Amino acid sequence: MEPENGFIQEFKVKGGDFSKAGSISTEIKEILQEVGIDSSIIRRVAIASYEAEMNMVMYSRKGEVSFILDSVKILIKTSDEGPGIEDIDKAMQEGFSTATDEMREMGFGAGMGLPNIKKHSDEFKITSEIGKGTNLSITFYLEQQNKQ
Amino acid sequence: MKLREIVNLLDAEIMSGAENMDEEIKLAGASDLMSDVLAFGQPGLILLTGLTNPQSVRTADIIEAKAIVYVRGKKPDADGIALAQKKKIPILSTQFMMFKACGILYRNGITGVSDPKDKS
Repeated sequence: MEPENGFIQEFKVKGGDFSKAGSISTEIKEILQEVGIDSSIIRRVAIASYEAEMNMVMYSRKGEVSFILDSVKILIKTSDEGPGIEDIDKAMQEGFSTATDEMREMGFGAGMGLPNIKKHSDEFKITSEIGKGTNLSITFYLEQQNKQ
Repeated sequence: MKLREIVNLLDAEIMSGAENMDEEIKLAGASDLMSDVLAFGQPGLILLTGLTNPQSVRTADIIEAKAIVYVRGKKPDADGIALAQKKKIPILSTQFMMFKACGILYRNGITGVSDPKDKS
């Protein structure tokens, strides 16, 4: 769908579905390539959305990813139904992880995900409620002068 | 160095992407931990890994790696190969252990990605 203020696409994520994990980020990357967005921005968006997608697959029961592209920015919003994050400050520290052995065997759960999303984005917001879920809002500006 | 030279140096089997052996490779990164590949990877690198699940291919695609070398004789599963073919990422498999494979490439002029401290 293409509203006047930009392009919006929504994706559903199924918790525990490792076979499809990453496919949403690949799709977002392909859309950005088609539109002709700068490759360095595409790479940052792809890395951040893949980390967010993996987190949802690993930790949540289910969730949604909204991808919004307008003339100024790219916005990735995620919301999941899951355990939530007890201590967000801790979760934002590199190396802190509550991953299970299974997640580590997948090559993930090193405690790099959330800090890496923040590192690659221009704006990063996280809210979480124990027993309910976690929401991320990740913004990338198309032109650096639009950075707030 | 061309990818085909890496195939020779590592005595590797080409699992997919045989048509891309003229790809020029300058940079390598090695890890079984995809979290760290995502955090420290640089575009254009060749990824050496022992992790054979589809996430290794997905990660390589996301960071814009030029190729993947599976070490220790490992090979990706059918899903991984299918994804690599779709994303046009060449896949090699070498019998060498990670350290030896990295050492051979380094000795032949392939450099590593920046250390975390080097990054601003």
